[in-house]
Amino acid sequence: MTDLPTDLTRATAADLADALARKTISSVEVTQAHLDRIAAVDGQVHSYLHVDTDGALAQARAVDERRRAGESLGALAGVPIAVKDVMTTKGVPTTCGSRILEGWIPPYDATVVTKLRESGLPILGKTNMDEFAMGSSTEHSAYGPSHNPWDLDRIPGGSGGGSSSVLASFQAPLATGTDTGGSIRQPAAVTATVGTKPTYGGVSRYGLVALASSLDQAGPCGRTVLDTALLHAVMGGHDPMDSTSIDAPVPPVVEAARAADVRGMKIGVVKELGGEGYQPGVRARFDESVALLEELGAEVVEVSCPNFEYALAAYYLILPSEASSNLAKFDAMRYGLRVLPEGVDAPSAEQVMAATRDAGFGDEVKRRIILGTYALSSGYYDAYYGSAQKVRALIAQDFDAAYSKVDVLVSPTAPTTAFRLGDKLEDPMAMYLNDIATIPANLAGVPGMSIPSGLADEDGLPAGIQILAPATKDERLYSVGAALEAALVDRWGGPILDRAPSLGGAAAAKGA
Amino acid sequence: MSTATADAVMDYDEAMGKFDPVMGLEVHVELHTATKMFCGCPTEFGAEPNSQVCPVCLGLPGALPVVNEKAVESAIRIGLALNCEIAEWCRFARKNYFYPDMPKNFQTSQYDEPIAFEGHLDVELEDGTVYRVEIERAHMEEDTGKSLHIGGATGRIHGADHSLVDYNRAGIPLIEIVTKPMVGAGERAPEVAKAYVSALRDLLRALDVSDVKMEQGSMRCDANVSLRPRVGAPLDEAQLAVPLGTRTETKNVNSLRSVERAVRYEISRHAAILDGGGSILQETRHWHEDTGITTSGRVKSDAEDYRYFPEPDLVPVAPTRETVEALRGTLPEPPGLRRKRLQSDWGYSDLEMRDVVNAGAVELIEETVAAGASAGAAKKWWLGEPSRRANGEGQDIVTYAAGLGLTPAHIAELDGLVTAGRLNDSMARQVLDGVLAGEGTPTAVADARGLELVQDDGALEAAVDKVIEANPDVAAKIRDGKVAAAGALIGQVMKEMKGQADAGKARELILAKLQ
Ligand SMILES: [Zn+2]
Repeated sequence: MTDLPTDLTRATAADLADALARKTISSVEVTQAHLDRIAAVDGQVHSYLHVDTDGALAQARAVDERRRAGESLGALAGVPIAVKDVMTTKGVPTTCGSRILEGWIPPYDATVVTKLRESGLPILGKTNMDEFAMGSSTEHSAYGPSHNPWDLDRIPGGSGGGSSSVLASFQAPLATGTDTGGSIRQPAAVTATVGTKPTYGGVSRYGLVALASSLDQAGPCGRTVLDTALLHAVMGGHDPMDSTSIDAPVPPVVEAARAADVRGMKIGVVKELGGEGYQPGVRARFDESVALLEELGAEVVEVSCPNFEYALAAYYLILPSEASSNLAKFDAMRYGLRVLPEGVDAPSAEQVMAATRDAGFGDEVKRRIILGTYALSSGYYDAYYGSAQKVRALIAQDFDAAYSKVDVLVSPTAPTTAFRLGDKLEDPMAMYLNDIATIPANLAGVPGMSIPSGLADEDGLPAGIQILAPATKDERLYSVGAALEAALVDRWGGPILDRAPSLGGAAAAKGA
Repeated sequence: MSTATADAVMDYDEAMGKFDPVMGLEVHVELHTATKMFCGCPTEFGAEPNSQVCPVCLGLPGALPVVNEKAVESAIRIGLALNCEIAEWCRFARKNYFYPDMPKNFQTSQYDEPIAFEGHLDVELEDGTVYRVEIERAHMEEDTGKSLHIGGATGRIHGADHSLVDYNRAGIPLIEIVTKPMVGAGERAPEVAKAYVSALRDLLRALDVSDVKMEQGSMRCDANVSLRPRVGAPLDEAQLAVPLGTRTETKNVNSLRSVERAVRYEISRHAAILDGGGSILQETRHWHEDTGITTSGRVKSDAEDYRYFPEPDLVPVAPTRETVEALRGTLPEPPGLRRKRLQSDWGYSDLEMRDVVNAGAVELIEETVAAGASAGAAKKWWLGEPSRRANGEGQDIVTYAAGLGLTPAHIAELDGLVTAGRLNDSMARQVLDGVLAGEGTPTAVADARGLELVQDDGALEAAVDKVIEANPDVAAKIRDGKVAAAGALIGQVMKEMKGQADAGKARELILAKLQ
C-alpha cells in the first residue's frame, strides 16, 4: 500500500480509495481538504462555476456512515469529484457556461450524475466550460475563462478546461468531461492530465445538455491512467434512457490499466496527424513516446488515413447543424433566462424568444447556430450536411482499414501546447484547428485517450499523446496508456504534475 | 379573423361544369397507447394541465427520447390495414420550427423514410359505389402541447391578453396518414372525402389503436383542394392528364360533416376566383364550423423551411419481416368485409344495412344479437326511440346510449320479454322509455310499472264474451266467414283488458267462439 501524502489533495484517486476502504481516512476529511484547496486557489484558476460545499460534505458524511454500517461500497466510494457544468444536477445550478441558463436549477440528475451519487462520490461542484461546449479554451464561457495552472496567462484547453484545470491544480482528484470534438482530450493534453473519450454510446448521454448529439460523448478525467479507468468503470454502461447507449458491459478498463501491458500489440502512427502545423516540441515528445512503446514490446508501423484531411470541414457542418436544432429549445418559455425586448409594449412570444436568445447566447454560439441553420436549409442540405455525412462514412472506413492492420492508433493530441488567453479569440479558424487530431474519433464514434507525453522544449509546457482504439475496445487505450505512463513517470522521476507551479495554496507536500 | 368578409363562391353545380376537383387528405391520429411516444408519461385525455409531463416531453436540457415500441407496432398495423408496404429500415427526423407549445422547438417526426408507404383504402359511398383512395404514406410523430389564448375576441393568439400552454398533449404518439392526390371523384369529391375519413375512422377503431374522437382532437383532418379545368368526364384520360391546379390546405376540419362541407366550400371558392381570372394563393385556410366558410391563414412559401434532418438521438426503426407478419396476423377483419358478412348473417336488405351503418349502430346490434336478441328486433329497437333521441341531442348513438347506461344486454333482455309473451309491443315501448329514464333494467321497469300480459284465460274469455255480445252485427259477419272483421273486436277486447292482454290469444278465442 502506498502511504498517502500529508496533503490529501496530492493523492491519486486510487490511493484515496484504498485508504478510505481501509478506514485510515474518512470521506469528510478528503472532501474538506479539497474544499479548502478550492478556497485557496480557485480565485486564480477559476475552474469552478459553482462549489457545492454543503452538498459535498453531506454526501461525504453519508458515505462514511454507510461504510461504518458495513455496507459494501463501490471502488471509488468517498472520493470527491468535480462535474462538468454540462451535466444536469438535481437541485444544483447547471449553466453550460451560458448566460441563457443562468439560475436554472435542474429537477433531475443526468444518468452519469446518478451513477456518481450511487457510487458514493461526493460532488464538489460544477466546472467551467466554453458555452455549450463550443470552444477549445474556455474563453467562450459567459462566466469568464479558466486558467492553465502551468501558466495562468494560458488557456487550460476547452471546452472542458474547468475539469482539466481542476485536476492540474489539485482541486479535485477526478472530474467528468464531455468530448464532441476533443473537449476531454485537448484540455488533458495542455494541462498534463489524463482524459478518455469512450466509444460513442459507452457512457449515457441522458442529462448531458446536447451540443451535437451524434458526436457528444461523456468520459472520465483524472491525473493517472488508473484513476481515469476507475472512473470510466463507474460512469459507463447501458442506460435505457439513452437510445444510443450500447447494451453491453463496460469494457475491462480497470483490469487493462492495472496490467499495463503492450507486449505484442501493433501500434499505428497516423501519417496524416503530426506533420505540418505541429509544434516541434510536441512532435519531439510524441516521437519519444512512440520509441518508448517500441521498447516496451509493441510493434510500431505507420498507417495512412487519407480522409482525415476532410474531418475538420465535415465536423464544422455536422456539429453546427445538430447544435442549431439542439439549442432551439432555449426560448425563455419554460426555464432559464427571459429577456423582454426594450421599447415593446406587450411583446409577443416570438419577440421574447428573439430578445432572450440575443442576450443569452454568446458570439460563438450564435456563429454556429447560423452556420447550422444555413447548412440544413433546403437547397443547401445535400451540398453541406449531406456531403459531410459522406465524409463521415469515409473517415469511418479509414479507421476500419487501419484497425485491420493495427490494434491501436497514436498521434499527438493537439498540435500545440497551451496558447495564451486571447491569442485565438478573434480567429475562429485558428481555434478550430486545435481539434484537428481529435475530431476524427468523434466522427467515427471510436474511443480515444490523451495522456501527458512531457514538456515541450520551446515553452516548457505540457504536450499530450493521443491513443485511439476500435469501437468498444476501450480497454486497449488503458493497456497502452498505463504502460506508457509508467515508463514516462519512471523516466521523469515522478509524476509530471509535480513540476507544475503550486499556486501558493496549501503547502504542496510531495507524494512519497 | 371572424370579422373577415366571406369570399365570393360559385354555385356548386356550375363549378362542377367548369372545373375538375382534386383533393388530398392528411389525417392525424393520436394513438391511445398507455404512455407517450418518447417517454413514460401517461396519455389520458382531460387531466389537470401540465400534470402528465417529465423532462423528456417538456424538452428540458439534457433529456433524451426513447421510442415507444407499442406505438411502432400500432403504426405498422395501421400501415398493413391500409395495404401499405412497411419499411425495412427507417428513421425519425427533426422538423425544426419555433412555437411556444412545442417544447424542443422541433417536432420529432419522419421525413423521407416513413414507416409505411404505398397503400390504398377502398371506400364505399352511400349508394354502394366503391372509390379507391391511394395512400401515399403513414408516418410516426409526436403531438405538440396545446395553447389556450386568454382574452381577445377570436381565441387566436392575435389580440389575446396572454396565453397558457398545457404540455400534457406534448409527446402523445401521432400517426399522420397522407393520401395521394384523389382524382376522378368529380362532383362527388366532398362525399368521397367524408366517406374516406369515415372509413378510416372505422378502420382505426377496429384496429383498437386510437379513440378516434374527432370532437376531442384524437383524429384531425387537413383537407387539400385544387381545381383544374374540366375537359371531360372525371375519369376520362384527357381529364386525368390536365395538370393539377394550385392547392389550399384547410386545417383542423374536425367532424365528418365538416370535411364534406369544407371541401365543397373550397371548391366553390376556388371556382369563383379562377372563373374571374384570378389565381389561387397557396396557403393554409381556417375552417369555421359556425359560418361554414374558410378564411386565410398562413401563406405557404419557400420561407417555410423545416430543415429536416435525421434525429440523432434515436436509433433507426428496423422491424423484422417476422415481426411484420406477426402483426399482420393481429389485423381485424376489414370493416367493409365485416359489414358484408354481418348483413348476410342478419338477413338485412341493402337499404336496411345502410340505415344501420349510417346510424352508427353496427357494433351495438352485433353485441345485442350476441346477447340473444334476433337481428330484426335488435335493429327495430336501436333504430327506434334511442336513435331518434340521440339525433335530437346531436350525439352519435353509441355515445348517447353509453351516457344513459343503455346497453345491448338491455335490448336483448327487452326482446326476450316480448318473445316470452310477457310484454306486447306497446308495453315493450313503455319499458324502453323507463330504461331510458334510468329506472333500471327492462325486467325491473316492467315489474315496477306492473306491465305484464294477463295470462288468466278466464278474464280474457269473459272480455271476449262481453265484446261479442255488445257487437252482434260484427259477430254475424265473422260467422259468415269475414275473418278480417275480427280486428275490430280484438281492439275492443284489448281496451277491456287495459292493454294487458296478448292480442294473438284474443284473436284465437274470438274465432273459436264464432266459427
Ligand atoms: Zn414525459
